[in-house]
Amino acid sequence: MMHVSPVREPLINGEKSYNDITSDVMAPIKAKPGKLWYGGLTVSVIVMLIGFAMIGYTVWFGIGTWGVNRTIGWGWSITNFVWWVGIGHAGTFISAILLLFRQKWRTSINRAAEAMTIFAVMCAGLFPLIHMGRLPLGFFILPYPNTRELWVNFNSPLLWDVFAITTYLLVSLLFWYFGLIPDLGTIRDRMKTLWKKKIYNFLSFGWQGSARHWQRHESMSLILAGLAAPLVLSVHTIVSFDFATSVIPGWHTTIFPPYFVSGAVFSGFAMVLTLMIVTRKALNLQEYITVGHVESMNKVIIATGSIVGIAYITELFMAWYSGVEYERYAFMNRALGPYAWAYWIMMTCNVISPQLLWIKKLRRNLAFTFVLSIFINIGMWFERFVIVVTSLHRDYLPSSWSMYKPTIIEVAIYLGTFGLFFTLFFIFIRVFPVIAIAEVKSVARSSARKFLGKPAKNQKPENQ
Amino acid sequence: MEAIVYGHFTDELELLDAVKALKNKGIRIADVRTPFPVHGLDAALKFPRSHLPKVAFAAGIIGGSLGLLFQVWVFTEGWPLNIGGKPYLSLPSFVPVTFELTILFAAFAMGFAFLLRSNLGPGKIPNILDEEVTNDHFQIILSAKNNNLSEAELAEALEATGALEVKHINAEK
Repeated sequence: MMHVSPVREPLINGEKSYNDITSDVMAPIKAKPGKLWYGGLTVSVIVMLIGFAMIGYTVWFGIGTWGVNRTIGWGWSITNFVWWVGIGHAGTFISAILLLFRQKWRTSINRAAEAMTIFAVMCAGLFPLIHMGRLPLGFFILPYPNTRELWVNFNSPLLWDVFAITTYLLVSLLFWYFGLIPDLGTIRDRMKTLWKKKIYNFLSFGWQGSARHWQRHESMSLILAGLAAPLVLSVHTIVSFDFATSVIPGWHTTIFPPYFVSGAVFSGFAMVLTLMIVTRKALNLQEYITVGHVESMNKVIIATGSIVGIAYITELFMAWYSGVEYERYAFMNRALGPYAWAYWIMMTCNVISPQLLWIKKLRRNLAFTFVLSIFINIGMWFERFVIVVTSLHRDYLPSSWSMYKPTIIEVAIYLGTFGLFFTLFFIFIRVFPVIAIAEVKSVARSSARKFLGKPAKNQKPENQ
Repeated sequence: MEAIVYGHFTDELELLDAVKALKNKGIRIADVRTPFPVHGLDAALKFPRSHLPKVAFAAGIIGGSLGLLFQVWVFTEGWPLNIGGKPYLSLPSFVPVTFELTILFAAFAMGFAFLLRSNLGPGKIPNILDEEVTNDHFQIILSAKNNNLSEAELAEALEATGALEVKHINAEK
């Protein structure tokens, strides 16, 4: 169907031909990296190595090097785990759910967002492993035949998490890589040196663009999207079960799964915006990732941010309405207790700030969106901090009430995962195409400025 | 190496018209290579539907049932754990793992099936006739073997559709 809509703005600006799309997206792969790239990578690697050293320190000296205690057993590490998993959700949402809904604007951002998913899930997966204290025994979480004939506890949400996160990482990797295959073929054919050609040919699995391969590839992508869509919803649902199946006031609520999933997509889109607003400029891709794309993402932010806001208010209402005094106290303590500052940071960043995006001028303002996306990232981190720490620090027994402050080790590990994330991201933008070349080309006819309103010479009027 | 004739277009709509024109003449098309999936090309080439979704469905069923059966076995036969006096066979709590394994098996089986069926994989060497097919050329390849026409006749038919740079590769005797 060739439906030319005069209402929608083009997804690709600036008279881009197919050849222009190829060369523009490939430019950062072909060009020599600049100072900015080397500088960014160096800083990331250093921060990553410091983080790894601190993980080593924790394993060597034990979990006592952290600020956690008997009352507050889950500190920053579980907060960071949930936060990173949430960041990952945007990538799958963009590439799978928006594919099923046939949203063409996804094609410019899905590749980078999916890469972000994979890197974020890798960062997330580190935290439960570190938190168990004995990293070399991490494999104990898997059901493998052992001499004790003992299996893992399949009734535990923590084990469901193992399966959910592992499956999520593997399926995301598969979806991302299989989407990359045609583009790797494109890179191979543009490379001049033999060894680079060979490497990219190896990576592209010998892609040659046959119609039959494309047909299977399309069919596979659609089914993979259909599989990844419920998967992404299940992952944060299961993460929320870690809390919801317990008996801690503030955790034990049935609202958690939808609340966590929308929170995850909310924070994920914020992270995609933070990264893409910088990347489009640095890699000169403004004509592919347009203000229109940013606006579309901001609309998702309003939708999911509003769901999160409603969830917070519902929680408060139910705490009061249920008449359970512990539940009431937990929420009073959140809003007015010693960690009230964290609660109000969360409320401001997550409930109030996204509502500003109802104003079209702000939604299309890149600088504003960038700042707002950072606020949302901070707010969503504090949401997890509030849920984890504030709910735990005053439990049923007042004599064991306690406070929690992270040590420098925990902070360094958290920053270290940023180092890991950005190291991988910097390598990614030099080695793989940041934009799905073939997918952008496939929507160019209907959505690029070059083709809009200018039908090709053989085009017949078709049913719309 | 079989004798082939090939040429390209720079616009996917011209390619679609050419494919239809060749099909109408009863010429068999060996392969069409494009930089992106061209909408309507599958129908024009009369490709049957792909079986990959069926592979995914079957593998999903296998993965899900293996996962469920394993959990049931562990909690009834292998090493039943008494957790707060709850029943050993607590099916609702087996749902998450069963679900995840269904997705995992379906996705990977389909991925491998795609590679096997398309003869793609690490280290495969493609037979590239024109490096621009991964950029902006839409290529039609005709083979003399599965048509009752000579190479010259095929080239003529291809040129008649407006294909550019029609070339042949002769059979190696």
